[in-house]
Amino acid sequence: MCGIVGLFSKTPQMGARLGSHLGAMVSQMAERGPDSAGVAIYRDPVVAGATKICLFSEDPHYRWGALCDEMRVALGCEGEPEVRVSHALIVVDSDATVAQEWLREHHPELRVMSAGEAIEIYKEMGPPQDFVTRFALDEISGTHALGHTRMATESRVTTEHSHPFSTGLDLCLVHNGSLSNHNRLRIELRRAGIRFGTDNDTEVAAGYLTWRLREGSSIEQALESCLSALDGFYTFAVGTRDGFAVLRDPFACKPAVLAETDDWVAMASEYRAIAILPDAADATVWEPAPGEVYSWRREAVLAL
Amino acid sequence: MSTVAAPSEEVDLALVGLRGLNARLHALALAPGPTRWRILNPGGEHAIAAGLDADVEIDIEGHVGYYCAGMNKRATVRVHGMCGVGVAENMMSGVVLVEGNASAAAGATGRGGLLVIRGDAAGRCGISMKGIDIVVGGSVGHMSAFMAQKGRLVVCGDAGDGLGDSLYEARLYVRGEVAGLGADCVEKEMRPEHEAELRELLERAGMEPLDGFRRYGSARSLYHFHKDNAGSY
Repeated sequence: MCGIVGLFSKTPQMGARLGSHLGAMVSQMAERGPDSAGVAIYRDPVVAGATKICLFSEDPHYRWGALCDEMRVALGCEGEPEVRVSHALIVVDSDATVAQEWLREHHPELRVMSAGEAIEIYKEMGPPQDFVTRFALDEISGTHALGHTRMATESRVTTEHSHPFSTGLDLCLVHNGSLSNHNRLRIELRRAGIRFGTDNDTEVAAGYLTWRLREGSSIEQALESCLSALDGFYTFAVGTRDGFAVLRDPFACKPAVLAETDDWVAMASEYRAIAILPDAADATVWEPAPGEVYSWRREAVLAL
Repeated sequence: MSTVAAPSEEVDLALVGLRGLNARLHALALAPGPTRWRILNPGGEHAIAAGLDADVEIDIEGHVGYYCAGMNKRATVRVHGMCGVGVAENMMSGVVLVEGNASAAAGATGRGGLLVIRGDAAGRCGISMKGIDIVVGGSVGHMSAFMAQKGRLVVCGDAGDGLGDSLYEARLYVRGEVAGLGADCVEKEMRPEHEAELRELLERAGMEPLDGFRRYGSARSLYHFHKDNAGSY
């Protein structure tokens, strides 16, 4: 069991309180996943050519300021690192690939949680309610976000094993369920050059999406191909720069509920995570059909 | 929104909590109390009004979580919203009415009573039903009436893939398209007694009379294991 939530704001008012609503949704799903929690928040996109990088260190006394100074010389870097518990957000004036290569070479002790123009991933072990408070989600605004609470069933409980998993620039995946063909698929994806940091099944699904997108698929096409490539149970939510997408396995073994009002679109493992949103009682609420890709994009909403 | 005429006991679930509410409702099985109840702010909580055994009417004003009105006996429960997984699961008797959509496994393993869903029901509606009657105003998802043993499932809309897989003596009526029949489920002739029971079920569900239904039931070829059928299970 795990809990998934997603929230997409259609109004500036909703966006201003995105982190607070997201935190409440994650807390509602605490019983579904008491081992760890994580979020991906999309906000404040950087200018073209720059990259937002969210880093994690196991060392609670990590000297993020010194790292930032080093990165300023090597990559170009604006401002100071924004430190959030074990994570730090750094904006560099360079291409994401260059920045990630540099980090891998010079700071292998760090883990890149996310990279892109707008995405920020934060995740940590421990009760979800503690995560929401410690990471001060309340103060974060943004356009859309995903959240996850984990009850580990197939691999260890660590920060790295927590969700969301980055699947490329501005992309991430959260998963409720379990995959049974991940070992074989991991071997194949490694041959294709996809890197893995854990033995976690969801990371393989994330790697699979990364590979499909690299080969030219749209996010919708990549998700559709999951239906034949992945064996197991899953409800996926995928965050993109402009929105999010949802897919359930053909058997619809794992729960999912979608809801929409004029102000927001939300998805969750259970309705009680949506019930705490403003005007939820008047929302259109439905269950996504098995094997169908549902997606929302910012442009589509703004064009209305 | 409520259809209750007489004054009813109002309970704000956000104030009393799930156990507070259900303890009061369970007490009705032992000693008489209010016969009409309104539950406010259900907030998607699980197991609201589960395990009732009393002649009471309950209106729930909003969306509910899993197993709402599960194991229901005698009570009439109306949900003015959407239901999570397993509404009215293992119902024994009484009526459960859902104004909105229902998630998976609605009416699962029900032994009696009537479940009415005005909207759509998701996958596995009526799975392993054992005597319950289920009337769905909209459509049902995949694997509905899987291993259904007894009772009637009426679907005014469409049915998803694998309808009635491995079913026994439940009778299924579908008005719209059936995406696919499950193993050992076949279409059967609509005889006058079937038209009559369908009319009666729609009337009890408070729905307009409709025609154009098709009946599905068991071909009875998988009842007893035979090695030649091994591939069909």
